[in-house]
Amino acid sequence: MDILIYGTVNSIIFALIAVGFSLVYGVSRIPNFAHGSIYVLAGFLTWSFINDLKMNYALAVLISLAIASIIGLIIYRFILIRLRGLPTSEIIASFAVSLIILEGLRMQGIAGFKGFIGPFYVLQPFIGGKMNIFGVFVDYQRLIIIAGGVVVITFIWLFTHYTKTGLSLRAIAQDERAAMMLGVNSDRMAMVSLSIGSALAGLAAVLILPLGNIAAEQGYRVLVYALAVCIIGGLGSWAGTILASFALGFSMITSTAVFGALWENVVLIGTIILILLFKPSGLMGKQKELEERV
Amino acid sequence: MTEKERRKKRFDRSVKVRCEGLYAISSWREMGFLAMPRILLILGLLILPITLDMYWQRVLCIAGIYALLALSFDFLAEYVGLVCLGGAMFIGFGGYTSGVLNAYFGWSPIVTIPIATLGGAVMSTLVLIPCLRLRGIYFAIVSFMLPLFSVYIITAVGIFGSTEGISALDTLPNIWVEQYVIIGAIIVALFGIRRLVNEDIGLIFRGIKDNDQAVRASGISITAYRIKAVFIASLIGSFAGAYLSHLYGWLGLSLFAMDFSILPIAACVMGGMGTLVGPVIGAIILTPMSEALRGFGQLRVVLYCLVLIGFILYKPEGLMNYLERKYHQFERWEVV
Repeated sequence: MDILIYGTVNSIIFALIAVGFSLVYGVSRIPNFAHGSIYVLAGFLTWSFINDLKMNYALAVLISLAIASIIGLIIYRFILIRLRGLPTSEIIASFAVSLIILEGLRMQGIAGFKGFIGPFYVLQPFIGGKMNIFGVFVDYQRLIIIAGGVVVITFIWLFTHYTKTGLSLRAIAQDERAAMMLGVNSDRMAMVSLSIGSALAGLAAVLILPLGNIAAEQGYRVLVYALAVCIIGGLGSWAGTILASFALGFSMITSTAVFGALWENVVLIGTIILILLFKPSGLMGKQKELEERV
Repeated sequence: MTEKERRKKRFDRSVKVRCEGLYAISSWREMGFLAMPRILLILGLLILPITLDMYWQRVLCIAGIYALLALSFDFLAEYVGLVCLGGAMFIGFGGYTSGVLNAYFGWSPIVTIPIATLGGAVMSTLVLIPCLRLRGIYFAIVSFMLPLFSVYIITAVGIFGSTEGISALDTLPNIWVEQYVIIGAIIVALFGIRRLVNEDIGLIFRGIKDNDQAVRASGISITAYRIKAVFIASLIGSFAGAYLSHLYGWLGLSLFAMDFSILPIAACVMGGMGTLVGPVIGAIILTPMSEALRGFGQLRVVLYCLVLIGFILYKPEGLMNYLERKYHQFERWEVV
């Protein structure tokens, strides 16, 4: 029961982290290596809005999500738009953006900026307290994560199936040229996808970060998790992303229970390498091209 | 239109045209034209240590390490088509091998550095072999994870000093040996790889980069050649790692740090991808820059990322391609 409940929570966390990355990659084929940094940035922004500017919690969250999505927009509009179709440059440039944000947050001594270093950056949980489910104590924040994850995934599914923007996003993902002939602006859609993806990263941060403290180093870990889920699920596949987050979430919780906490990352990356070895396009990958190549 | 259009006209210099083919050895002038850039580079590298003071000599050693890494990244990315974001893994494997041999068995650096170069390269290649079936972004992502994976394993198993690292390793005898070892390595690696990519095997490497299916159709195993290429690149990287652990006399998890993966890439982009010389020069320019900013802590990472983005957006050809064009051609504006 322990493993079941915490495994579910963990899997939803993975799904939340990865869904934004997957959206961006699925639509625009841009591996957004800045995903993890936007996650951390959104956490710190919310923290400073609440603690430095004394804002209302909900307001702070909304504003930091808006800022996250604007940052995504800026990254695409001013940097990545010039590099479309050059995979190496896309990776290098977005990774550089990620490093600028993450290391910039840890920077000290410029204009009295102290840098976000130390253990005291903690977001309050939305609602404190715990509850007893089948003999396991679960705090409300984890339940909120589950609810939030389900809502986000349903929302995205509805959005991409029933709104005009969402349908154009899927059109670009399926066949860029045909979609452009039908009047869908490829660049604008990629921009929209990147800003939604960044907002999702921010949302994940706001939901997940109250479980622990915020540190810039988490950016790398979040990036690795997002990459892991997307690779295992098959880059650009929705069902695969969710399936993979459940596979990873449960395997991590089980390995923590069996071997101890130190091994969870070893198991994680070991799983990725094994899956890539035997099925390079991921569990639900549709990229036949890739399978033919290997 | 009242405004007159202009365009840039480019001509090859006549001496460059004469230098193509056998006529290059027809006179001293042509030979000088061909040899001058190379001689300048070698002499520059050899003289550089004498002109610097103690602190900057140390920086030069570190710049040399980054230069070697940048060279191996450039070789893999531009000539074999494998974008390896995990340069830190080469450093880590080489550094740990030599450090462990030195600390546990007490062997001197003269023995451990060659052994670690070979051993680290073999290990890196073995780790990368499964990933060689992948290409493009998949390979980049997995190679980005490998250094992190190594760090997790070392922490989880608790071997080799775990998070503390091992200190008090033997260092090289003095600063002059340190500098000339790394400079010698750079020169050997640089000209070795330049020669290599112009041999037949280099042709196959570039074939794999441009169209691996065509190479396979010619009956050549692409995996075998990729393994060879990765081995060559990781030889260079592991040497740099082994050298680094003896330079500091210390090894630890920071050998797998992100710096060793990102600065060489920045150096490559700055110096010009695919020129081989460019990355070396880029590293020698970037490292002192980031060293001068050490006082500002993380600002230096931010700074070289800004340099990286600036070059990738506004000068994608890099310094070396630009200089080479200026050396070979002259340009003038012409009214159309």
